[in-house]
Amino acid sequence: MDLNALLGELLTTTVGTVLDVTPIMAVIFGFQWLVLRKPIANPAMALRGFVFVILGLALFLVGLELALFPIGKVMAQQLTAPEFIMEGAGHHLERPIRWYDYGWVYLFAAAVGFASTIAEPALIAVAIKASSVSGGTISVWGLRVAVAIGAAAGISLGSFRIVTGTPLHYYIIAGYIVIVVQTLFAPRRIIALAYDSGGVTTSTVTVPLVAALGLGLASSVPGRSPLIDGFGMIAFACLFPIMTVMGYAMLGSVLERRLKRKH
Amino acid sequence: MNQQLRSFFGSLASSARDLLPLVLVIAFFQIVVLQQPVPELGSMLVGLLLVVLGLTFFIQGLELGLFPFGEALAFGFAQKGSIAWLVVFAFALGFATTIAEPALIAVAEEAAEVAAASGVIAQDDDAMEDYALGLRLTVALAVGFAIVIGAIRILMGWPIHYLIVGGYIGVVVMTAFAPEEIIGVAYDSGGVTTSTVTVPLVAALGVGLASSIEGRNPMTDGFGLIAFASLTPMIFVMVYGLWI
Repeated sequence: MDLNALLGELLTTTVGTVLDVTPIMAVIFGFQWLVLRKPIANPAMALRGFVFVILGLALFLVGLELALFPIGKVMAQQLTAPEFIMEGAGHHLERPIRWYDYGWVYLFAAAVGFASTIAEPALIAVAIKASSVSGGTISVWGLRVAVAIGAAAGISLGSFRIVTGTPLHYYIIAGYIVIVVQTLFAPRRIIALAYDSGGVTTSTVTVPLVAALGLGLASSVPGRSPLIDGFGMIAFACLFPIMTVMGYAMLGSVLERRLKRKH
Repeated sequence: MNQQLRSFFGSLASSARDLLPLVLVIAFFQIVVLQQPVPELGSMLVGLLLVVLGLTFFIQGLELGLFPFGEALAFGFAQKGSIAWLVVFAFALGFATTIAEPALIAVAEEAAEVAAASGVIAQDDDAMEDYALGLRLTVALAVGFAIVIGAIRILMGWPIHYLIVGGYIGVVVMTAFAPEEIIGVAYDSGGVTTSTVTVPLVAALGVGLASSIEGRNPMTDGFGLIAFASLTPMIFVMVYGLWI
């Protein structure tokens, strides 16, 4: 890729990002000036911050589009292609492909779910906030890894669901029941944050990769339609982090109690 | 300057660490599982460099701009003491950030194709465009409503789990009545609403509100706005599916 094309791409993405955040900026600055009518504490610093956010996001998107998204999307198609599945089963498939022939797909789903969640800027933001509000009792990395494990489990199970063609709502309702039970036992201070962590997993990095995987599966598995069965991966990726974050906090409080008993 | 430079390189290193798992996963599947060469190593390295730089700038920008600004807004509203203005603001913020969300636009277009293919709407561009726009408006309304409810919850100090469990019941009941084609779209629409810029702003707003109101704990009361924003669209979209 030559420099001119790269710069052009950067420019269009920056303009696109500015357009995307314009409504948000209009609302917050509009209310700041017209309703609250209070000067901003440090306008130069705030402005620099907003410029950094927009520029950072644009660089981030261009870089992903250049380095990771194309190869990740092609990979999702190749891994779900029937030829690859047949080969994995050793060329001698006389029976139809079964759900357990998709082992690499489930592993890829989990690995990509974990890794893309770790790189998700919105999650980093919430983790920084949670760590500072909790006075450090919730660690940035602890929370991010807990959410990423949840996303990995969710996306892997989501692929299994597309392969088997089982109805989406059974999984979601079962997930709700687990969450409600966990809510009864989890430490109170984690509950709101855990519910939030569902929504922050699926953003800039995760959605394109996971959508490509869902689409690849739904179009290559016999009997599935990409239009109907391609949906649902994002819902899974949103649901499971709630469980793992509450689990992480429950584990923390159990360990704490055990430590206290020892002393 | 020297110290600033050092802290900048420190953040670059931690951004590189954030990205490392994704690079390793893709490299492993490309080389070990699919056994294919890595295409265009040069442009890949440039891309990775941009991602790391971008993430570093974004995080710095959060600390300088979005977080303090979001908190200042929350303090401002708490001081003003007008619930009506807070409600208007919360709705406007939720609606405005969602209607322009690129991920939602993509999902809405896909959903329109599903609806056309299954005969819910006419199979022409006009009908599909109307359907997609209707869906986006529905989701934006839902998020506006969610931020309003979330802000009122922080003011009143209602425990979050009652509201969330109530929302879950709403989702389950609506699933029983909604047409089957809309269910997948509805469930996914919850996840695509919260963008990378909205999330930090809304988090700062919630924490700021909770810490400026006496008797509220920023940890138990400040979070939860994003949770509502990913729950209400599911219910609203299923209602939209029933109504179409």
